[in-house]
Parts: sequence; structure tokens; C-alpha cells
Amino acid sequence: MSAEARITVTVNGLSCTRTVDARLLLSDFLRHELGLTGTHVGCEHGVCGACTILLDGRSARSCLTLAIQADGANIETVEGLGRIGELGRVQQAFRDHHGLQCGFCTPGFLMTITDMLRHHSLENDEDIREALSGNICRCTGYEHIVNAVRELARERGPLK
Amino acid sequence: MKPARFDYVRAESIAHAVEVLADAGGDGKVLAGGQSLMPMMNFRLVKPSVLVDINHIAELDRIEHRGDRLHVGALVRHRMTAEDALVVRHIPVLHHAMKHVAHLTVRNRGTFCGSVCHADPAAEMPMMTVLLDGTIHTASPRGSRALPARDFFVGSLVTALEPDEMATSIEIAVPAEGSGWGFEEFARRHGDYALAAIAVLMERRDGQARNVRVAMMGVGDTPLRLLDVEAALEGREVTRAALDEAIEALKMSIDPNSDLNASSDYRRHLAAVLARRALGDAWSRTRQTSVEIAA
Repeated sequence: MSAEARITVTVNGLSCTRTVDARLLLSDFLRHELGLTGTHVGCEHGVCGACTILLDGRSARSCLTLAIQADGANIETVEGLGRIGELGRVQQAFRDHHGLQCGFCTPGFLMTITDMLRHHSLENDEDIREALSGNICRCTGYEHIVNAVRELARERGPLK
Repeated sequence: MKPARFDYVRAESIAHAVEVLADAGGDGKVLAGGQSLMPMMNFRLVKPSVLVDINHIAELDRIEHRGDRLHVGALVRHRMTAEDALVVRHIPVLHHAMKHVAHLTVRNRGTFCGSVCHADPAAEMPMMTVLLDGTIHTASPRGSRALPARDFFVGSLVTALEPDEMATSIEIAVPAEGSGWGFEEFARRHGDYALAAIAVLMERRDGQARNVRVAMMGVGDTPLRLLDVEAALEGREVTRAALDEAIEALKMSIDPNSDLNASSDYRRHLAAVLARRALGDAWSRTRQTSVEIAA
């Protein structure tokens, strides 16, 4: 039992070991301890989706996860999707379809969409909209985001 | 730091978790999916001195089929329940209800048992537990208990769980072959907590509704089983007249709260509209049972 612990987390393929306060949120761990500020923090109670990361391959709210819970886990953040000068496929689709305006919500959308494309069938626009419904874009640029996801989904096979 | 300070324990077994809860003297909290607990801790509405993380207790992450009951372990995530082959095939009402539980990312983490123990009166899994004749299995320093759903939900966010007690699994009934189901929910935005929702199961024998079960949420401090609505349809053909009587019974048996989202009158009206649809859907989805075909 402790209020502090030493944890080892694999983030975007790199192993990181840090001593953390038990109450440190994974979102703050990524941003403040590791300097990975691509993961954005909006509401800090699981409503907006800006802080979405992949925890052992599935999307999760990093603001509703403790860093200490992630000990031994594999984390993927928006920084892992592409490289400087070389956008990842989801990022490129966002660029092609104008899927972002201010960009604050974008990292969360990109990570949710990565989970959607890996694990969900996305047979039509309704599926796409339902799967995106946990991420909020206050610029309300949803049409363009849906267009980007539709293109990505079609690359896997025809939609209904 | 968002949450207040606490000690963290990664429990290795149910016995270990219970021991830590007992030592916490009523000030411990169990962390499973964290999709309700963590927001409350971030707001410091909940400030446990000890957080018991049960995510690494291997035996809790299973759905087991025993006879005509399904046992859902305390670490079974909403996504696992939604995708479970038995649930898809034999409990379509539960599979359908899962689409209304928050959002994809929350369903990846949130658990069936956690939602039931959180006992939000407008959350789907407590209502489904009531509908499906659920029993909540618990462990505490005094041993294990099996609490029927009707005794479990005490009030809004209040259950019969003791502070040093944890839910280990929830068992629910697998509806009889050929049962029809209905599910209707109204929320302001998809995935939000509902203003009202209803879930219905019924069988059809000799052209009559049998074993009618009706549960609602969002119209009281706990999920409700509506016995008078069930009685209005039991043993009858579900005609327009029978539905009218059932809806009258519904209006008499609920007394919804008013809040900033909806007045009591509006909720009662909404409940009636949703109920008429769900009851009709359930009746039309019933299939002739083999007994009836033989007759």
C-alpha cells in the first residue's frame, strides 16, 4: 500500500520508468512527466474525449486512468501516429478532408478513430457517427471528420 | 493533481481486495473500469483513503453460462458484454441496450458490475439487472452474499453494498427461447444519461403474452420493475386495448422527479410513449414456441 510507486510504461514503443504519485492521472503523466503534450486535456472528467489514448490497444480516457494503473501497460499517443514531415494515414485523411479547425480535439479524435479502424466494422455512416459520438469538437467540424473516417473505412472494404 | 491523496493497492485476489477494504475501515473504494468513480474523484466528490484496484484479478474478467443464467464477472467491460456471442444470440435486449451505454471509449473500460454498483437511476445496466432477474454476488470480511436486484437498489447512487463489501459478479437470466424484447430510450444526446428508458421481455403462448417483464429507468430514484404494467398484459393478447390499459397502469405506477432536463409531467408522458413502442415491439418479436406449434 502506498501513495507513490515506481512504474514502467511502454509509450509509443519506448519503455519509460518513473516514480509517480498514486493520484497522478495518466493524462498528466504523459504531458508533465514525459513531455508528450500532444494528448490534450479538456474536461478532465471523461466527457470531451480530447485526452483519448490507446491503452493496450484499445481507446481509453487518459483523464479517467491513473498513471499507476498503467504500470506494465502499452500506451499509444498521438505522437506515435506519424513522424515530423510524414503524417500517419489517419492524420493524412484529416488533412485531406479539412478534419480540423482549431485542433484542440484532434488528438483525441485521431486515437478514437485508430481504435475504430482496428476493431470495429463501420459498415455505414451511422456506425461512424455512433463511434465518434464520445469525442466533442467545439468548432463543430463533424462533417469533415466523418468524411475522413468514411474514406479510411472504405480503404478496408466497401460500405453499405 | 485532480483527486485527493489516497493509498493505492493492486489487489491480487478477491480475498486480498476484501482484506484491504476491511482495513480501510469503510473509507476504501474499489476501482474497476473507473468510468464513474474517476470523474467523482477528479471533482473530489469522492475522497477514498484507499483505492483497491481489482483490474489484475484474473478470475473476474469472464462471462460464464451456467444453466439458464449468465454470470458476469466484476471486470467484464461493457464492450465484452456487447460482443459476447451468448449475449448477441440469447439476450438481444442486452446487446441492444449496450449501444446506449455512453460511448465506444467508455465502453472499452467501464464494467457491467461497476455500473450496477454505481447505481445511477438513469444508467442502463442497473435497469437491465432488474429486468433480467439479476442477483448481485458480493464478498466481504463476513463472507459472500447473493443479493436479488430488487433488494440491491436503495436510492439514487445508493445500494445495499456495505462499505467493506465488493461485487464479484452479477448473474442474469437468459430469456426463454422465442421471447420477444423491446427497448426504448430517450436522451438529449446519444450516449448521455437517459431522460427515460424502458426494457421489456415477454413470451407468447397460445396467442397470449406470458412472463411479461417490464423495467424502467430515469423515472424514479432507482430502476423500477413495473409489476402493474406486467399484470395488465399477462395472459392476454397484446391488442391496442390491452396496451391502453398497460399504459394507464404505467402512468399510475411512476412518480418521476423534475430536474433541469425535464419536468415530472414531461417524463411521465415520455415514459408512456416509450412504453407503448417497447411493449408493441416485444409482442411483435415473440416467436411461436415449440409447445404452441405442437398444439
